[in-house]
Amino acid sequence: MERGETDLDYNLKDLESWNEKIEGIVKEIGLNFYPQEFEIIGYKDMLAYESYIGMPSRYPHWSFGKSYEKNSTVYKYNLSGLPYEMVINSDPCIAYLMKENTLLLQILTIAHVYGHNDFFKNNRLFKDGTRAASTVEMFKFHADMVRSYINDPSIGYEKVERILDAAHAIKLQTARVIGEKRIQGEVLKQRLLEDYKNHNEVHSNLDAYVKLAFPDLNKIPLEPEDDILYFIIKYGDIEEWEKSLLEIVRQETAYFIPQIETKIMNEGWASFWHYNILKELGLPDELYLEFIKRHNDVIAPGYGSINPYFIGFKIFEDILKRYGKEKIFEVRAIERDESFLRKYLTEELCAELNLFEYAARDGSYVISEVADDSGFKNIRNTLASSCGIGTVPLIRVVEMSPKDKTLNLEHLFDGRELNIDYAEATLKYIYELWGHTVTLKTTQLGKELKLVCEDKKISLRR
Amino acid sequence: MAIFRDYNVTPIDHDRAVEDRRRHRQLVEKSIKENLGDILSEESIIGQSVNKKIKIPIRGIKEYEFIFGKNKSGVGSGDGSEKVGQVIGKDKAKGDGKDGNKAGDDEGEDIYETEITLEDALNYLLDDLELPDMDKKKFSEILTENGVKRAGYQKHGINPRLAKKRTVAEKIKRQQAKKKALIEASQGIKIERLPFKNEDLRYHRVKQVLKRESNAVILCVMDVSGSMDTTKKYLARSFFFVLSQFIKSKYTNVEVGFIAHTTVAKEVNEIDFFHKVESGGTYISSGLNKALEIIDKRYNPEYWNVYTFYVSDGDNWKEDNEKAIEAAKKICKVSNLFGYAELLNSYYSSSTTMKNIFEKGVTDKNFISVDIVEKQDLWKGLKYMLKKDGER
Repeated sequence: MERGETDLDYNLKDLESWNEKIEGIVKEIGLNFYPQEFEIIGYKDMLAYESYIGMPSRYPHWSFGKSYEKNSTVYKYNLSGLPYEMVINSDPCIAYLMKENTLLLQILTIAHVYGHNDFFKNNRLFKDGTRAASTVEMFKFHADMVRSYINDPSIGYEKVERILDAAHAIKLQTARVIGEKRIQGEVLKQRLLEDYKNHNEVHSNLDAYVKLAFPDLNKIPLEPEDDILYFIIKYGDIEEWEKSLLEIVRQETAYFIPQIETKIMNEGWASFWHYNILKELGLPDELYLEFIKRHNDVIAPGYGSINPYFIGFKIFEDILKRYGKEKIFEVRAIERDESFLRKYLTEELCAELNLFEYAARDGSYVISEVADDSGFKNIRNTLASSCGIGTVPLIRVVEMSPKDKTLNLEHLFDGRELNIDYAEATLKYIYELWGHTVTLKTTQLGKELKLVCEDKKISLRR
Repeated sequence: MAIFRDYNVTPIDHDRAVEDRRRHRQLVEKSIKENLGDILSEESIIGQSVNKKIKIPIRGIKEYEFIFGKNKSGVGSGDGSEKVGQVIGKDKAKGDGKDGNKAGDDEGEDIYETEITLEDALNYLLDDLELPDMDKKKFSEILTENGVKRAGYQKHGINPRLAKKRTVAEKIKRQQAKKKALIEASQGIKIERLPFKNEDLRYHRVKQVLKRESNAVILCVMDVSGSMDTTKKYLARSFFFVLSQFIKSKYTNVEVGFIAHTTVAKEVNEIDFFHKVESGGTYISSGLNKALEIIDKRYNPEYWNVYTFYVSDGDNWKEDNEKAIEAAKKICKVSNLFGYAELLNSYYSSSTTMKNIFEKGVTDKNFISVDIVEKQDLWKGLKYMLKKDGER
């Protein structure tokens, strides 16, 4: 990659004419995309956009400054290149191209962007979970709101920062199912009563009869709540402006969840198309060679880790081979990474991709499964349950004590333990928002562990 | 057809990260200060020259959330040669034994390690400390070269010297220039928001000036009896060490006297004070009386501003308590300030410690006592004693 203020070997006209060819092929293939806009920016701007996750206007917070420092240090010491491109799920779809890239990289990126654009427009998670037409306005509106609180003399920077710090700590503790309607109040109570009735009337003669306790209809929440920010907004003793800050963080997280949930598919889809488009593009020889090299860089496996571009690319190729073209379009519309892997990561693919499973044992990581007929299911299941939002521990609000408003949380243990230092610090943030005692039940070393945060102090109970 | 826009033809301010970067740096700086408290109460810095560089690891500002620990399984890509049971890496959480630091070796943690001189470190900490209640005593003023005065502005500097007004003015200048440029390019004059840029920042330049300064003497009195165990002695010494460094850096014309006592007291030189180990019983009065003796002989309070600091673990022999109070009262009479820091006292009920006894017996306003329960309190204690006039 070229760095610095070098003279480019192409101009805007070149990009436009290559784009024209690409768009022609894209339409022929049948990709269905939002109007596309490309902005050509320098690497400094790319650094900034990367820190703000592509949003030109985001609310101020030091964490973005930290991310900028980190990115620019990494870039300066040449530890890694910048992303070739950045695409925003918006209508029209905005993509940034880095000026310092070579002509071939720009062509490859443009084709890649159309893949993302199509994915944003057609995948169920994006359709149900985000509103592309108002993305840019949403971020702008939120930024304006946060700034207005900062400039409000009765609030100010530090109070806003205190709430944002705490909200960021639990922003991923959110609703996990996209597009699910929240069942509220009376309807939910009715349902719990019906369940109780059905259970006690209808039961299998083969099972031992267990009488279900009468549901506690005054319990808050009636059923465990995944969305901790939502719960605090609804039941917390906090001011209106604080609630609206939490809501801002909540909505922005909701925007990013589909991207978290479809990283492998989305990158796989875009890589699959850039590869197939560039093959058709009639590139001159020297560009064609660079294309093959760059493409192989993008989908390089990466020893010991998972490269989503690589896995996604290979699975889409395999689906095409086995089921035909219509099927890949259907898959990109309805699946997310977890279901995608569970359905389409076959034993043969596992072996072809040389996937293995590792586990921690006595201070080392040891290979526990390789892709053979006994191992591949474990590999597939481990990968499927540890991608997307599966990388985030599931913590739920179980009950708010009616007496003293103690907030009881539980960690749904799935074999992976929490990092306790981080859990303690995060609990303090929840306390910061909640203002009453917060507890968290989890499992450590096979035993139940309860963390209690009272007055910002943590105690452990085993 | 897709639209292409080249943002390099008309450069626009994209450096919107400036604000957030500055706030982040500010937080990092704060964490440096918090770390310094720890570092400066380490034994190793005592007696070091001010210009010695010390290494300070600074943890990045962490963004905590619920995350999984280390002992989980995962999936990776290989080259096909992998076998079950093969070890592919070490779990860093278990440590490679290099240092027993419990936090700080977390995966992905950003540790900045800065090397700064002891002087810089002290500057961070002691920026707003001053010898309080300094009387302008007759006949005792001397011209010294150690004063500083603001003299103009410069583009680089340390944060405490940020010239806010001037910085705003620079930003406005840039804004006006930009407006003008836009009008000339007839692009209208709407600039929605112009954030601060690094180039706007201005700092006060400071110049050394001659300054009239008062004569002052600091008497450091330390309990070196047997109950002062190693930890306490280190704490006491670092307290005095930083105190003396601070005084040296700020006041040219200040004399410092060192007194160590057990049941008897003697005046010692700086090196012995910081390095010599003793043991024995405790008569606090002996140390204080020695201080009085020295004041009487050499530092007539008519001419001298006298500051007496005393550090002990508060474990006095009972028969000496009355005498100690008497001596403390006398010291208050002849001193501008008498500061007492009590270290890590081991009593469960605090009513019997010297701090309490002093507080009941010595009612003079220039007597200040602080409790130092853990290392970090050293800083709060020192700061509390040395606040600028009227701020305490």
